[in-house]
Amino acid sequence: MASNSSGGSSDRQRIAQQRLRIIAGHLQRPVDGDSAILAAECKAQGSKPDTSREEKTVPRRRQEIMKWNGWGYSDSRFLFNKKGQAEFTGKRYRLSGMIIPGLKDWFECTFGASLQHKTPATPLLNSSAVQPPTLNEAFVEELKSTGIPFSQDAEDRVFRAHGHCLHEIFALREGKFGRVPDMVVWPNCHNDVVKIVELASKHNVCLIPYGGGTSVSSALECPPEETRSIVSLDTSQMNRILWVDEKNLTAHVEAGIVGQDLERLLNESGYCTGHEPDSMEFSSLGGWVATRASGMKKNIYGNIEDLVVHIKMVTPQGVIEKSCQGPRMSTGPDIHHFIMGSEGTLGVVTEVTMKIRPMPEYQKYGSVVFPNFEQGVACLREVARQRCAPASIRLMDNEQFKFGHALKPQVSSIFTSFLDGLKKFYITKFKGFDPNRLCVATLLFEGDREKVLQHEKQVYDIAAKFGGLAAGEDNGQRGYMLTFVIAYLRDLGMDYYVIGESFETSVPWDRVLDICRNVKARIVRECKERGVQFPPLSTCRVTQTYDAGACVYFYFAFNYRGLSDPVHVYEQVEHAAREEILANGGSLSHHHGVGKLRKEWMRETVSNVGMGMLKSVKDYVDPNNIFGNRNLL
Amino acid sequence: MASKAVYSQRDPMLKKRDDFEDILEERRNSSDLRYALRCYAPVVYKGLCPSKAGTLKSMVLQSDQLHYVIHQVCRETGRAVDDVQEEASSILEEMAHRLQLSTVRFFAFTLSKVFKTLFRSICVNEEGIQRLQQVIQEHPVVLLPSHRSYMDFLLMSYLLYTYDLALPVIAAGMDFMGMKFVGEMLRMSGAFFIRRSFGGDKLYWAVFSEYVKTMLKNGFAPVEFFLEGTRSRTSKSLTPKLGLLNIVMDPFFKGEVFDVSLVPVSISYERILEESLYARELLGVPKPKESTSGLIKARKVLSEDYGSIHVYFGQPVSVRSLAEGRVNRCQFNLIPRHIPKKPSEDIHSFVNDSAYRLVRAQEENMVLKPWVLLASLLLQNQVSGQKRGIALDELTEQAVWLRDLSRQYGAFLHWPEHTPPSEVVSSSLSLHRGLVRISEGRVQLALDKAAPGEPRSAVTPEEELLSQAVIILSCASYRNQALHVFLRPALLASAIHTASSNKKQEVFNSFSFLRNMFSNEFILCPGATVQDFEEACYLLVKTGALQVTQQEVLVTERGHRTLVFLTSMLDPFLQGYQVVCRFLCEEATEALTEKQFIPAVRKFIIKHLLAGRLRYTEVLSSDLQKNSLAALLRLGAVRKIKGAEQGTLKVNTVMVNSLEDTLGGKLPTQKAVIARL
Repeated sequence: MASNSSGGSSDRQRIAQQRLRIIAGHLQRPVDGDSAILAAECKAQGSKPDTSREEKTVPRRRQEIMKWNGWGYSDSRFLFNKKGQAEFTGKRYRLSGMIIPGLKDWFECTFGASLQHKTPATPLLNSSAVQPPTLNEAFVEELKSTGIPFSQDAEDRVFRAHGHCLHEIFALREGKFGRVPDMVVWPNCHNDVVKIVELASKHNVCLIPYGGGTSVSSALECPPEETRSIVSLDTSQMNRILWVDEKNLTAHVEAGIVGQDLERLLNESGYCTGHEPDSMEFSSLGGWVATRASGMKKNIYGNIEDLVVHIKMVTPQGVIEKSCQGPRMSTGPDIHHFIMGSEGTLGVVTEVTMKIRPMPEYQKYGSVVFPNFEQGVACLREVARQRCAPASIRLMDNEQFKFGHALKPQVSSIFTSFLDGLKKFYITKFKGFDPNRLCVATLLFEGDREKVLQHEKQVYDIAAKFGGLAAGEDNGQRGYMLTFVIAYLRDLGMDYYVIGESFETSVPWDRVLDICRNVKARIVRECKERGVQFPPLSTCRVTQTYDAGACVYFYFAFNYRGLSDPVHVYEQVEHAAREEILANGGSLSHHHGVGKLRKEWMRETVSNVGMGMLKSVKDYVDPNNIFGNRNLL
Repeated sequence: MASKAVYSQRDPMLKKRDDFEDILEERRNSSDLRYALRCYAPVVYKGLCPSKAGTLKSMVLQSDQLHYVIHQVCRETGRAVDDVQEEASSILEEMAHRLQLSTVRFFAFTLSKVFKTLFRSICVNEEGIQRLQQVIQEHPVVLLPSHRSYMDFLLMSYLLYTYDLALPVIAAGMDFMGMKFVGEMLRMSGAFFIRRSFGGDKLYWAVFSEYVKTMLKNGFAPVEFFLEGTRSRTSKSLTPKLGLLNIVMDPFFKGEVFDVSLVPVSISYERILEESLYARELLGVPKPKESTSGLIKARKVLSEDYGSIHVYFGQPVSVRSLAEGRVNRCQFNLIPRHIPKKPSEDIHSFVNDSAYRLVRAQEENMVLKPWVLLASLLLQNQVSGQKRGIALDELTEQAVWLRDLSRQYGAFLHWPEHTPPSEVVSSSLSLHRGLVRISEGRVQLALDKAAPGEPRSAVTPEEELLSQAVIILSCASYRNQALHVFLRPALLASAIHTASSNKKQEVFNSFSFLRNMFSNEFILCPGATVQDFEEACYLLVKTGALQVTQQEVLVTERGHRTLVFLTSMLDPFLQGYQVVCRFLCEEATEALTEKQFIPAVRKFIIKHLLAGRLRYTEVLSSDLQKNSLAALLRLGAVRKIKGAEQGTLKVNTVMVNSLEDTLGGKLPTQKAVIARL
């Protein structure tokens, strides 16, 4: 962490300034040209490669800046250096360029892994191993005449054949490719999409919309049984903010924009959407709508369904949208709810009107240590009961607390480490917290300064009733940073025989403790029964609070040395864990979606009739299954 | 965790069982006082420290479950909340245990003395203890001992104390509470008391179930109860009661614990303390109310030799693995978990099946002594009309034959390996010298013994019959210990005997009929007819007694002896059920109530026995009579009429008649049997 509490008041202010930048709180951006919000007309037809789009994060050839077989930017990765110390490369993140001294020990102790035993990934994409494209010549011909850019390049196609499920990344690292899209198109605006969908319908081509590619539900996997030509529709070039309406506090945005660009561009004119899913660096607005995404600050800003005012979607039957932007309507079932969560099975979301808010004046992180997880959950429940949840409140269990601790970067001054030691002594010795049971809640407050401080006091007072001790801003901030780097950490694990993943659910309050205990225990037991040599990392955190329940995240990873088919074992354990979640009253998904990974439980989740309703919508909207990714149903 | 032990294995010979160790040996060689005062530091569930009895009570009283029911009761009866709360609290007061280490130490000391006088040895499988120790740390544990004697639960606590394991809290019947001082002593050694019947009392049920669940969920202590509900007076396992099993499984169904481990414990007594007491009770001499003075009178038992006790801690059974694929726990998702709900159909049948499996697991690990085999042989010999008994060497020969047979059927037989059979037999006989008489090298049951002190002339034939019956029922209770070993082959043997042909399907129908008829009498897992039939065939074929082809079932030459033995094993029950049927057809009047049934049928049977129309004195057992009535009620041949006269029985004479004839092999089995091979 760059900042610590030892600084003077000017330092403090500098830090406060720094925190104001929402994304920059976690990421450092490469220097940008100061671009105003773009209200560009759609300039699709035959336009040359667009040079005015340099400031945008996602180029057409994503592989130029992103890993083709792992998470995130190519320049950012964890590695163990020659001295055996962990470090994070690149310049983009707060953690970039830092040494993380505790990680190696934690890694070796937790997983029984060793730096001697490496499982490096295939370094280069071998294009010849990719199936040659199955092309629909008539479609390609007509597409050419529209001037919409497309590609049949193997790298482009492979990049869009997967999300970030463990099995998908594992296969890529081994240089294995299954069915991949036969071509990629880059529409530039709504009208381009209309043309593409028309052509696809006319020539019976399968379309798979592709936004940020951060799916963890196998939603982007091409159905192996699909015999038609598969076209990946990459929305990344539809990334403009078309207008901002300051009277109504709305913005009309093209659906291909990724979270960090949307926030950055709005910030420049003093606004934000406040929608910050953990994947916001890469995930797109259209993807959020299509999967019913949730952001960490939903307590203030709401989840995607609360943020959306108007949606435009192109379907094989034509364009669906509402005729006005009224804030609420009683006009039968909300057609937005056919679109949100449709996971690319009905059409492509092209434009969205979203609520925006003035940027918060003040932001403050915080953290609370609880003697045990039970007390922590009780506190969160009370906070939810009093409806005073901060912008974000998350509770990590003991294992995750230790994990977070292991990710502390090297401290520069003796004073800091002395302070740390003192803190630890106070909590464990003076207050009698058991270091193997305590857990920590991280907090993020937002608003005007006075209210934030007031709010903070209220929350800390509640926490105190449950034995919670305030543990500083630093720990809080590190907790949120973890969110952004954890996906990078998985790649590090995979270099050393460790595989893992996270999954989530939502559950009524009275079940939170039970589900956490049972699912974690189930994971440990399933691993043991399937011959995993070392006890797995099986940990959880409560990431969102609602009036009637909470969202719980599970992290699970293990050392697979000695297993012949680790991915299969992994999948069996995850399957068992999901069964356990459902048996304990948890939902099939809180915000990741169903995709193909969790499809088998859809019927029992929504009942036969519910399934029939969804099917009949699909049958009407897309009778020829043009949007043939086979998610959900 | 392995649930496999519960499922009966294909070949009982392959069953692996642990070795025993005698715990009294150490007691005989070292100070009891030091033992009672030693440091006791058991391992506990997930390292939790067991809470005080007071904390437990307040947790129960503050639970959502109880609150809900209290308010429900208030709404329904119009009583004040405080009033109902008060009642709940006093119910809990009456129920709750007050486990105290000092009392336990007191018991540890006295019981050491008592056990050393009464028993030659108390043998425990130490591997079972180790498994238990392991499992206590991982999951909440429920101990399920068999119940043959008052001694059982003191013995269990004594053993757990000896092995430094967490002391259980034990569900005990309220009748113990009547014993002033002793009741409180038991309470302080971990017993909690439940009323025998509290059918409609919502509040009582809520307090009780919440009390048990709280102990279990928080892992305060292992919970112990008797699946059979009460002591078996016949040494046969009793049909399991489901109430408590339901309660301890509930936290798992509702996700409140990850798993619950059920540990079946088999306690086998070489000689049961209550031996003749039970026999008298079965014959209608009412059981003396538990009282402290009665207990003191019973101290003359202290001067006798009761042989040894074997305690076998079975493989822990995980409720989670039992329920896998059988119970959809999602059914609890839509109603708040603290609202009491009647178990659904599938939960009920799951709990029922599990209960049977657990009782079977208890049965399988019951240690059988040679005397059990001798009792079986002597009873059969007595009935066959050999007035002078059986020659000792012939008995020995038969016993050796039966030893080998029972071993092949998977019996857990403790037959001294390096002792000549004749010695084994005579030492067994001498331990039970109250039941047998040896004269001129011939052995028979001690039936002609007149009651001491009374002149023979004063004895009416009926009284003489009853005193003989005491001996016979005592003996039968030992034979019954082996029944579970022979039951399935015996049902098959009887089926072959009664079936009209050798056709396999017909034998199966007959088997299935008998099995159905006797399912209140013996532990027969519901729905396992085909499995049981196949197991019986397998055993008989394996021992060369039977040839089973695609179509036919044939008895071999050398199988004759086995089949005769097996049919004789089941014959008393067959005859008994027939007599009950005959009674219902001939003598049941319009006004016969359930209460009057036992005395009336007993009178009827005595008449028949004295007239020599019935061979089996053991039919006098009220247990058999009750079971047969239960079976007839279940089959719909007798109905209970709910009216002014409570429990009037209405007999369907035609049906009862035809059941009697089918039992006697006079009628072919009806098509009522649905299951086919």
